[in-house]
Amino acid sequence: MKKIVIIDYGLGNLRSVQKGLEHAGAEVLISKDPADIETADGVILPGVGAFSDAMKNIVPFLGSITDYVASGKPVLGICLGMQMLMTSSEEGGLTEGLDLVPGNVVRFPRSELKVPQMGWNSLIIEQDHPFYEGVPNGAFVYFVHSYYVDTDASHTLASCDYGIDFAASVVNSAGNVIGTQFHPEKSGDIGLKMLKNFVNMC
Amino acid sequence: MLTKRIIPCLDVTLDAAGGTVVKGVEFVDLKKAGDPVDLAKRYNEQGADELVFLDITASHEGRSTMIDVIERTADEVFIPLTVGGGINSVEDVRQILRAGADKVSINTAAVKNPVFIREASTIFGSQCIVTAIDCRRNLDVENNQDKTILELEDGTLAWYEVVIYGGREPTGLDTVQWAKKVEELGSGEILLTSMNRDGTYDGFDIPITKKLSEELDIPIIASGGVGNPEHMYKGFVDGKADAGLAASIFHFGEYTVRDVKEALKAKNIPVRLYS
Repeated sequence: MKKIVIIDYGLGNLRSVQKGLEHAGAEVLISKDPADIETADGVILPGVGAFSDAMKNIVPFLGSITDYVASGKPVLGICLGMQMLMTSSEEGGLTEGLDLVPGNVVRFPRSELKVPQMGWNSLIIEQDHPFYEGVPNGAFVYFVHSYYVDTDASHTLASCDYGIDFAASVVNSAGNVIGTQFHPEKSGDIGLKMLKNFVNMC
Repeated sequence: MLTKRIIPCLDVTLDAAGGTVVKGVEFVDLKKAGDPVDLAKRYNEQGADELVFLDITASHEGRSTMIDVIERTADEVFIPLTVGGGINSVEDVRQILRAGADKVSINTAAVKNPVFIREASTIFGSQCIVTAIDCRRNLDVENNQDKTILELEDGTLAWYEVVIYGGREPTGLDTVQWAKKVEELGSGEILLTSMNRDGTYDGFDIPITKKLSEELDIPIIASGGVGNPEHMYKGFVDGKADAGLAASIFHFGEYTVRDVKEALKAKNIPVRLYS
């Protein structure tokens, strides 16, 4: 059985991510101990709250995450967890991210559209990747966010239209670090399919 | 394109079986409607976009029942869950989110202590703090010139007064002014229920729904009065709501969530049809 570690650095609903992965047949450990990462087959970086607080809370994990990524094993960042993978964010003043995927986190521009984007929007899948195996183009997934990731096409796995086209999902150059701006654990059966794909990558 | 959300609401109260869904007409005359977890699963299968659980007993015993219901639901249903009813402390919010809810809905406690909204949204993020506003039409506009006066369907004028304790207590607060205040305080969404419509099957209260949707930047969930898919359509087109919440029409089998979505899709409203 694949062992997945969900990094617990504070607040939020981790139970759904855990149950979704268990649904996919994985053994799941929610952990505050960086040492647990070493033995994991896959790591989830969840995320709610503010970017700068999350980056402060993740400090004890920094070394282990970097080593883990270098080993080639898969990491999935969800929502704020995906934003944390990037180079920097302008939320709450410019703050450095983990810089595992090049790109920046910026706020949605003022427009008629409401911010946060809250609800179900459709994905345009831009690249083949095991994470999206069996996921149809146009699939609806659940988003809640006020900031979005701005990166280049080579690091964009899927995009989404909310007034502008933004990166709904990112990947590093090696292909083992992926991020979803949406919540797969809250996106019904199609989201569960993605979590299963992630477990299969591990 | 972002879709309009259809949200079934499950009113939950304590009984010997450990939680039963009920739904009332104008918050009284409760009828039993079934086990909450079974209903949650059924609505998920029909393509519900989110679920709302309201603990209408909101007692100490009710809270532990609710935690159990949230946990059992979150273990099987992978769409967003909002929980409301009697939430008045940061610890309440923490407990409910930890059980598997994604958002909490705060109603009376927000009116009694507005700073609570700021406190909760700072700690947990705006995205998980929904302020529920119950309101009732007040036709006394003459003595209430400082309120937001709206024109009703038949041309009469009214302002909308915020009510609390499940509609039992008027507050004197103007709904539009109060909604702007809770947005400033960090609320991420508003769940608007008009007591004049709740449980009536007459459709959403359009004048207040439209006004809030136009005045605020955060999403508005319209609630109260849905009897058929056309009412949802009017809530989105005339009321400009971002989401529509309904209870009775789903619980008692008049329409499935899918029926409502297909009717909306046929009229070019963007919806997520179950895939």
